[in-house]
Amino acid sequence: MAEKTMIQAITEAMATELKNDENVLVFGEDVGVNGGVFRATEGLQKEFGEARVFDTPLAESGLVSMGLGLTLEDYRPVIEIQFFGFLFEAMDGVAGQIARHRFRSGNSKPMPLVIRAPFGGGVHTPEMHADSLEGLMAQTPGLKVVIPSNPEDAKGLLIEAIRSNDPVIFLEHMKLYRSFREEVPEEDYTVEIGKAKVKREGTDVTLIAYGAMVQESIKAAEALEEDGISAEVIDLRTVSPVDYDTLVESIEKTNRAVVVQEAQRQAGIAANVAAELSERVILSLEAPIKRVTAPDTVYPFTQAEEIWLPNKDDIIEKAKEVYNF
Amino acid sequence: MFKANCFATLKFTVVTDCDKIINKSNKINIKKCERFGEHLMAPKKGFDPVKALEEIEKKFEMYQILNEKGEVVNEDDMPDLSDDELVELMRRMVWTRVLDQRSISLSRQGRLGFYAPTAGQEASQLASQYALEKEDYIVPGYRDVPQLIWQGLPLTQAFLFSRGHFKGNQFPEGVNALSPQIIIGASFVQTAGIALGIKKRDKKAVAITYTGDGGSSQGDFYEGINFASAYLAPAIFVIQNNQYAISTPRDLQTNAKTLAQKAVAVGIPGVYVDGMDPLAVYKVTKDARDRAVAGEGPTLIETLCYRYGAHTMAGDDPTRYRTSDEDSDWEKKDPLVRFRKFLEEKDLWNEDKENEVMEQAKEDVKKAIKEADGTDKQTVTQLMENMYEDMPQNLQEQYEVYKEKESK
Repeated sequence: MAEKTMIQAITEAMATELKNDENVLVFGEDVGVNGGVFRATEGLQKEFGEARVFDTPLAESGLVSMGLGLTLEDYRPVIEIQFFGFLFEAMDGVAGQIARHRFRSGNSKPMPLVIRAPFGGGVHTPEMHADSLEGLMAQTPGLKVVIPSNPEDAKGLLIEAIRSNDPVIFLEHMKLYRSFREEVPEEDYTVEIGKAKVKREGTDVTLIAYGAMVQESIKAAEALEEDGISAEVIDLRTVSPVDYDTLVESIEKTNRAVVVQEAQRQAGIAANVAAELSERVILSLEAPIKRVTAPDTVYPFTQAEEIWLPNKDDIIEKAKEVYNF
Repeated sequence: MFKANCFATLKFTVVTDCDKIINKSNKINIKKCERFGEHLMAPKKGFDPVKALEEIEKKFEMYQILNEKGEVVNEDDMPDLSDDELVELMRRMVWTRVLDQRSISLSRQGRLGFYAPTAGQEASQLASQYALEKEDYIVPGYRDVPQLIWQGLPLTQAFLFSRGHFKGNQFPEGVNALSPQIIIGASFVQTAGIALGIKKRDKKAVAITYTGDGGSSQGDFYEGINFASAYLAPAIFVIQNNQYAISTPRDLQTNAKTLAQKAVAVGIPGVYVDGMDPLAVYKVTKDARDRAVAGEGPTLIETLCYRYGAHTMAGDDPTRYRTSDEDSDWEKKDPLVRFRKFLEEKDLWNEDKENEVMEQAKEDVKKAIKEADGTDKQTVTQLMENMYEDMPQNLQEQYEVYKEKESK
């Protein structure tokens, strides 16, 4: 087993499914010869040919909707949106069309389509390149929204997404692409969509996170340990649907929870998770559920990123608040 | 191949500028003809962009075979249809006119849900569908239910669609189509994708889609025709220019003289056709289909037509934005009237035949609406079952709640 970055694991997942199923197509802007702006599709066109891995004209609505059309001939499109901030151009295609296709056909037409996109802050991108829009997607019935936090999960989740007969939004945090390596199995394997993972066991407080905030939460848990607070860290992995069984089980043990997201505070995943949990485990709670989020502003591209983005210290602060409540 | 491409299509005012290239050099330059925009892209000495536009726009003259009086004005282009086939096209138009009248009436009685009237657009809708084959895909707009019916969708299901029942959207095996699209423009980009799929599967088929004059302003319209162009995908894009986007007149949509000329920008043939002339609509659609299955890519067709009725049955009042003079001007161009004259002249049609078709249509409507009435009402739990292949956790929980509610 070799050590790989998350982006290598993602490339490997696409290569695996291009090999396994001739109906899988990979397309988007600059994904061919160029291998994608982050090189996620590096080498795929060369290996699988231009008929399977190809560039599109520059139009996000056009390219996601073309994906919808291709499913009618039983293709399984894996579409790259160059940066998830460009989603707004394709909002009808995704939320108005792809998400509703199965429903609109009275369950007679599947929608085996994946939209992959880099997102997330901390890498000094221009405006519209860092936005966390998973909340918009999670509110859209018909979609599944997956956000891996590490290479091993990324490969297994993406393979599972490509095999799904329902549309999956697969969001890849840019900061995680090359920030660390870990062992990734060579063989093809899947990670179930809709299942969270306990990343670190603890007894005093449950830290619930996804994407880049999983690493921050683990760092926070390590620091909290030194102060005598035992934190459990759960990686949601799928933000729609959320695996409440795993969360409830953890909180019944720790009796406290902090939900962490990089996205702005209002609405969104953390608000939803906190609301659901307060309905499900109120009698187990010894403190209110707290949230760690970014403030409700536009993402501060290049300026003030460090303070805007939630970090380990923000998580420690909230964890202590609930612990000492 | 060049000859077939350029000379034949020029007759339908498909603008390729080939004639200009040919006239100048007196030689046929295939390369230049195929990439006809090249000389426009690189301004040369003395290039006049205003004149170039005028020349292009002038080429988009309305293509017609059968005039308002039912006379053939373009004998050379008469489509290859047998007498029986001509009669069948008339039968479909009459039947569909009755369906429209009955649907409006059912709608007023509250027995239909969403309904967008179709009278005046029979030639545009049915003659274009008549040029299709069973293996082709239809990606309709919300007014394009008749094309689905003639492609094989049972009328009962069309009524169920109108009522928002999911069973109206479960198309029978072999009817290659999507449900009528509500979002203007979305069908154009989806059609590009379906057509690319057809091409990749190496099938001899096309995907056809419909929008209106308003739809040709939408961003997805441009993305759709351009994607199909970029991949030379076998698509036919139809703009039924019925003069009004709800109340907004055609001229407010764009300064372009025709909507068909938008094809030039993406390098595909565009046709400006009399949309009240069933023979002309059939002919240009058939030719577009032939080109598409021969690997020559998509075509944009603008059919000039008129919607006699309201935009939809949800409270639109056309007298607020149209005059009765305009209505009667268009009624003179009526596709059924001119086709009836044409067929009567050939002794293929008469009043008895027409009455027979009208009675049949009324019977069919009666039967279908009865069947629709007899369909179980849809439930919230059925909607939940239709969202995903396997119900996710959140819906499973909600399912139990609604199952309980529905059992009461």
